[in-house]
Amino acid sequence: MNANEEKRMKELLQQALPPVRDADPNRDLWPSILRRVNARAVAPSTFGWVWFDWALAGGLVVFAALAPSTIPVILYYL
Amino acid sequence: MQDEERNVLNKFQHGNIAAFELLFYQHRRAVFGWVLRIVRNPAAAEDVTVETFWRIHRSHARFDPSRSFEAWARSIATHAALDWMRAQRPESAIPAEPHELAAPSEGDPAIAAEIRQRTAEAFGRLAPKLRIAATLAVVEELPHKEVAEALGISVAAVKLRVFRALRLLRKDLQQQGITP
Repeated sequence: MNANEEKRMKELLQQALPPVRDADPNRDLWPSILRRVNARAVAPSTFGWVWFDWALAGGLVVFAALAPSTIPVILYYL
Repeated sequence: MQDEERNVLNKFQHGNIAAFELLFYQHRRAVFGWVLRIVRNPAAAEDVTVETFWRIHRSHARFDPSRSFEAWARSIATHAALDWMRAQRPESAIPAEPHELAAPSEGDPAIAAEIRQRTAEAFGRLAPKLRIAATLAVVEELPHKEVAEALGISVAAVKLRVFRALRLLRKDLQQQGITP
């Protein structure tokens, strides 16, 4: 595609999709946002727990690799 | 940046809902307008704006109060709009029986209108990331630097995406018998 073809395509696109004028939302969006914020505050963070579980498991693996003799002790307390 | 504004941004960063509400009412119009430019549908723009502010709230701890809230919000809004576009069904397939159409908008207004319609449909079939770059840079005629910041890519990458979008659009139209 040469420069002229590119220019022509830009013009065609601008004719097909006119620029959007500035506008306001038709409704107050704050209540919807606040509902989502409050819902998150009430619900436990699943991702947080998953992250914590994996970090704990990773820590145990590293610890066991550094001190293999402690593996029976760890297994005993599991 | 004024002390009061910095204070609000600091409070927001620490999760203060009142500060978040203040920022929402200060920036909602700009964010909604930005999203509307991308999704081009007022109802969808409202949903994406809600999603954007939800993401803004979720990421409050990562916000740097010394930087522009508006630019940060715009970047989050762009990515929320991109996710919305990816979740939409692509435009219907290319018409089964293409017929030759005279090029541009001159001449018969009905043909010009059909070309515009087909161009808009073909544009809707492009990948969302190409569509966003072309919409903002070509349709809205925003500076490439501004588009690059919103998309989190380089100016060169924006130019490349715009060029690819136009090339694919041209190819699609040619397959329909339209010679732009």
